[in-house]
Amino acid sequence: MRSDPTTRRAAAPLRSLLLAAALLAAAAPAAAQTDSTARVAAPTDDPRVALGSGWMDAKEAARNLELVAHRPRPEGFFNPASMGDFGFANADLAFRGNYVFQGGYHGFQVWDVSNPASPKLRTSLVCAGGQGDLSVYRNLLFMSVEETRGRMDCGTQGVADTVSTDRFRGVRIFDISDIDHPKQVASVQTCRGSHTHTLVTDPKDRANVYIYVAGTGPVRPAAELAGCSAGAPEEDSTTSLFRIEVIRVPLAAPSNARVVSAPRIFADTATGAIAGLWKGGSHGEGTQTTSQTNQCHDITVYPEIGLAAGACSGNGILLDIRNIANPKRIAEVVDPNFAYWHSATFSNDGKKVIFTDEWGGGSQARCQATDRAEWGADAIFTLTGRTLRHSGYYKLPAPQTATENCVAHNGSLIPVPGRDIMVQAWYQGGVSVFDFTDPAKPVEIAFFDRGPMSDTLIMIGGHWSAYWYNGRIYGSEIGRGLDVLRLTPSEMLTQNEIDAAEAVRMSSFNPQDQSKLVWPASFAVARAYRDQLARGNGLAADRAAAIASELDRAERLRGAQRRTALTRLATQLDRDARTAADVARVRALATAVRDLAKKG
Amino acid sequence: MNGSSARSIVVVLLLAAGVATACRSGSSTPAAVDARPAAAAADSSAAAAPPVSPAATVAGTSGAPRRHSAADTRFIQLMVAHHAQALAMTGLVPTRASRRDVKLLAERIAVSQRDELALMRRWLQERGEPVPELDTPHRQHDAGGHAGAMPGMLTPEELARLAAANGAEFDRLFLEYMIRHHEGALAMVAELLRSQGAAQEAATFRLVNDVDADQRAEIARMRAMLGAPPSEARHH
Repeated sequence: MRSDPTTRRAAAPLRSLLLAAALLAAAAPAAAQTDSTARVAAPTDDPRVALGSGWMDAKEAARNLELVAHRPRPEGFFNPASMGDFGFANADLAFRGNYVFQGGYHGFQVWDVSNPASPKLRTSLVCAGGQGDLSVYRNLLFMSVEETRGRMDCGTQGVADTVSTDRFRGVRIFDISDIDHPKQVASVQTCRGSHTHTLVTDPKDRANVYIYVAGTGPVRPAAELAGCSAGAPEEDSTTSLFRIEVIRVPLAAPSNARVVSAPRIFADTATGAIAGLWKGGSHGEGTQTTSQTNQCHDITVYPEIGLAAGACSGNGILLDIRNIANPKRIAEVVDPNFAYWHSATFSNDGKKVIFTDEWGGGSQARCQATDRAEWGADAIFTLTGRTLRHSGYYKLPAPQTATENCVAHNGSLIPVPGRDIMVQAWYQGGVSVFDFTDPAKPVEIAFFDRGPMSDTLIMIGGHWSAYWYNGRIYGSEIGRGLDVLRLTPSEMLTQNEIDAAEAVRMSSFNPQDQSKLVWPASFAVARAYRDQLARGNGLAADRAAAIASELDRAERLRGAQRRTALTRLATQLDRDARTAADVARVRALATAVRDLAKKG
Repeated sequence: MNGSSARSIVVVLLLAAGVATACRSGSSTPAAVDARPAAAAADSSAAAAPPVSPAATVAGTSGAPRRHSAADTRFIQLMVAHHAQALAMTGLVPTRASRRDVKLLAERIAVSQRDELALMRRWLQERGEPVPELDTPHRQHDAGGHAGAMPGMLTPEELARLAAANGAEFDRLFLEYMIRHHEGALAMVAELLRSQGAAQEAATFRLVNDVDADQRAEIARMRAMLGAPPSEARHH
């Protein structure tokens, strides 16, 4: 059901009732609640429920996903006396060639995944100061630091003084030309540190790359970094709040990287007031005026469509990034169900945006049977022109225990042609793969989960991220290391569709920097569309079967004969399109068949 | 403070003591776990020793990580009392509020702060620091000190005024008081971070930052609920 989440309260109960009708009722005891709407529920035979616990020996449950490899954290990167020691937590991933870069609170790992079934640790670097999120561009590795214990020299002993030249909070830049010996070549300090960042390349500017810095931490005193201010925007036009920073990195001389702009992306476009979103009214005596949406958590850029989606605390926003150094806000949404806008992902065609809500900050168990299904979940929006419209929610369908921190977290698209599918991490809720082609009715198609780290103590653990890269899913497991997973076929995803996805190759991947997925012409792609038509009854069953046979026949032919067969099939498909139930998909199949004919 | 608030504090304490919530939704034995094929060549080094990097590098200086500071401890202790009062306030909502969005907001705050409070109690226990006892209104008041000693805390009079309110009047008072309460938390965070050696442990920094980020976002929501409604989805 399409609805605008900013509408009047009258619409909300109806939406909730529809959700309740669509989901199975949970038998769990209800805590004192406002009303009975949908909770996190699953069929009683979901193997994720009540999985055995353990650090390195927890039980696993999987459906349509297979764990092909697992590597624990290396020596020196965990505390044997405390499995949940957060100072050693793994965080986010970045990819280049056959390397997976795994960042974290204690430093980073470089894994060689030339053989994804057998990852090899190539390099580790101790460099303390979370969160340690990474991006990679050619021979440069970027790392986010926000903690007050962060040091210029990567040391682990922290910084006690409130003002110190030893302290580093911002983006580190490492030269990894010699991948066995990463060298820190720049440390770009920022006023709030860098909670995370987004690498942006500008096709009009080959000499530089850019970094959008999302700072959500405390503002540093001006004595430590000149120009920093935590002032209220009404009183201080130089406030470090209500902005992002943009770092320009000269590729020929990365040590000269510096902040080049600090766009006020929350500004009111009419009045120019810096704090343009969330204007509140009077709120009584003794209150202050300093607290509104003043920071972005994740900004995902999609340069090929000139847009970025920002998940910014109290709002989801859309940015025009055609001028990379000066992004401009062009739309914003609120969702009363959202606690904290965290990440954003565009569908490949740019017509949908998924925003995630990190209710509980990632440290709380928010996937319990007593938790609402629209809270701590994904909100799926359609994007038409500049208008974002809310369509549906997706949340991990299997309830997790009270000792499993769980909420929607990081993920990326799985490149199955013709469908919108995402893989996502849910902390100790595990990894979930879901189809959001119909944005109002997302459905889970695969999962992988482990039991809790502990039955008695909640700790921050589980999957921080799960991303698709060159045919496999890589999971960064906070307390347990690195997972490599592969999709296996089911009614919801055929081998042909998996083959088509696995054929998509990238030379590099930074999850907040989306690029257009393209599929090389192949029989797998054509078969994938055909399978989808069969599954969805988008074409008469006998035609779907005949097309499968024709494709098989054409594949056995060579040269001109194959071209002829494929061209004839394409013509038949044009005719099918006139009466098919799923015209668009038949046309896509026709195009795929023609591309294959051209390829020869 | 009336009886139901005291009861809700006891409930909070029970939860904080680690009573596990049952969350199975049916069968008593888990269904067969979807297993990987037994013959799978899954290369899982789970049982093996952790890998040692052939080029493990330690950049720069190193030394024992800093422990928590006295200011960290004080902050966490005060926040325990602060959260307990927030829960006393949200406990009043179901029977007094009229707006549905107020009820939903209170539910969200209650769920989050209840779990955060448990986390903070454990933070203190694990570090051998005293955990404030909050099982009576008297002790709660003492822990909080007089309004002004802990920013944003309601005085017993204000709490009574809130408890005596109903309908639209309660909605308005609740939002005003909770905004002030949240802003008090932000002030405490700011004060902590001005102190020497604050939040040097990763877990502490994260907890402090989460408190700040969550309460900021909630203040924005509450201010919008009090005054102009949040901007509708719009484009420029």
